[in-house]
Amino acid sequence: MIEIDDLSFTFPNGYKALNGVDLTISDSEFIALMGENGAGKTTLIKHLNGLLKPTRGDVTVDGVNTKRASVASISRKVGLVFQNPDHQLFCETVREEVAFALRNFGHKEDVISKRVQWILQTLDLSQYADSSPFTLSGGERKRVALASVLAWDPKYIILDEPTIGQDYLQKDRLRNFLLQLTSQGKTVLIVTHDVEFVAECKPTIVLLSKGKVVGQGPSEEILTNPEVVDRCSLTLPQIAQLTRRLEPYGADKKIIDVYSAISEVKRLIRRHR
Amino acid sequence: MSMRVFEGFKFSKLPTPIHNMDPRAKFVMILAVAVAALLFSDILPLAVIFATVPPMTVLAKSSRRWAASMKGAAMLAAIIFIMNFITGSTLTYAVAMTLRFLTLVSSFSLFFMTTSPDDLGLALERLGMPYSLTFTFTTAVRLVPTIASDAQTVIDTQKSRGLELEKGNPLKRVRNYIPILIPLIVSAIRRSIELAEALESRGFGASEKREPLVVLKLRRTDLAVIAATIALFSLTLYVRFYVPLPVVESQIRMPKILPF
Repeated sequence: MIEIDDLSFTFPNGYKALNGVDLTISDSEFIALMGENGAGKTTLIKHLNGLLKPTRGDVTVDGVNTKRASVASISRKVGLVFQNPDHQLFCETVREEVAFALRNFGHKEDVISKRVQWILQTLDLSQYADSSPFTLSGGERKRVALASVLAWDPKYIILDEPTIGQDYLQKDRLRNFLLQLTSQGKTVLIVTHDVEFVAECKPTIVLLSKGKVVGQGPSEEILTNPEVVDRCSLTLPQIAQLTRRLEPYGADKKIIDVYSAISEVKRLIRRHR
Repeated sequence: MSMRVFEGFKFSKLPTPIHNMDPRAKFVMILAVAVAALLFSDILPLAVIFATVPPMTVLAKSSRRWAASMKGAAMLAAIIFIMNFITGSTLTYAVAMTLRFLTLVSSFSLFFMTTSPDDLGLALERLGMPYSLTFTFTTAVRLVPTIASDAQTVIDTQKSRGLELEKGNPLKRVRNYIPILIPLIVSAIRRSIELAEALESRGFGASEKREPLVVLKLRRTDLAVIAATIALFSLTLYVRFYVPLPVVESQIRMPKILPF
């Protein structure tokens, strides 16, 4: 469990990015952290593995206060995948890139090669194992970055904007993969602006605005509330817009995913026949 | 490795007389200070020249950032002092050389803190430099803070992957920087290619002769600064070559331990 208690953070230049954030992330929870640009989302997730230490308040990961532990020791539990893969790729082959963190954490060579093989297969990267990460496309580089973190099997997986630059097929795969991780008991937190992606995954949404948590709840509640959505510079998912327009005909407006929408539309058709 | 050193060379817009000066007048002033520091090698005149900088930083409301650049230069200053001292110079000479170095750093730090890259580019263009060169220069200056923030992100990313920069013997510690430097260089190159493409698609270099939107003009105060600088610098030259200055010299030396 990660507990964030009255967290405030002010940058050295005086900019106050977070202002009294309280949040509990339970084990095997799936959370989407959303909010307008500059809301403090990235600053918040950098606190979860101790890269940033709170100016006020505390962050505790499984009972360990991040102020009293090194980034390397917290990172074993909290895997943070950054937005831009180009900020981390440096090895000659994808295989080496994925093995980097495993070496840092002192795993044995045979464990490393097994883990690398496993994650490359899982993320559909096996064919690139011996290619240079720099020759891959943007979306593939992003997956290598993801693989390089998932390889050490952290308990908490935090992804900053994982859907940027991914085509629809890869987004679909990513969604299934994230849902699979949560079903295996992992805790997943994604930072995203992608309402359509969230509407299909249906995680718990935490809304951040101007350094404060302004809303928290199931996707169906948050993403169908136009005021809340507008406040965080988001828009309603397309399906929510559809069911909203069908509301006068008796549709349930708290529907955000395609499959529920299909059965709802079928129900309406039957009723109005 | 702290990125704070760059703070002392980063431009920020402030409404002060130093910021409002024409970049050419300011450059003449800063250059005079720097050349003066190179003319002398005694502690007394160097201390006087060094003392001219802090009042200017106060006037430019940038003392705190100037102090940051001094802190950044402290390491190098210490090396200069130690190298001079252990190779047989007197204590005063070693201090004088350190002061010379600090004067050079301070004066240029003041210049870059108070001159926007755009103004600098305009000034260079007026002095006859080709536009493609001045543009390269201003872009380079402008990218320094961006690359510094990139460096911080890369450090954060690799630390999240279990990299511990301060771990291991000295050789290992140097090697620890490879995962930082490679992504930084690669992303800088990628950025520059993208920038070049974006510039070309916006018609960079389409016409031979450019007409600047803002034309730099030397105002009366700028001319006064240039005149005052020339007068003071001539006086400095006169003092340097014709006036015997009192010599402050301690004979404290390091006992000879090195074979040179």
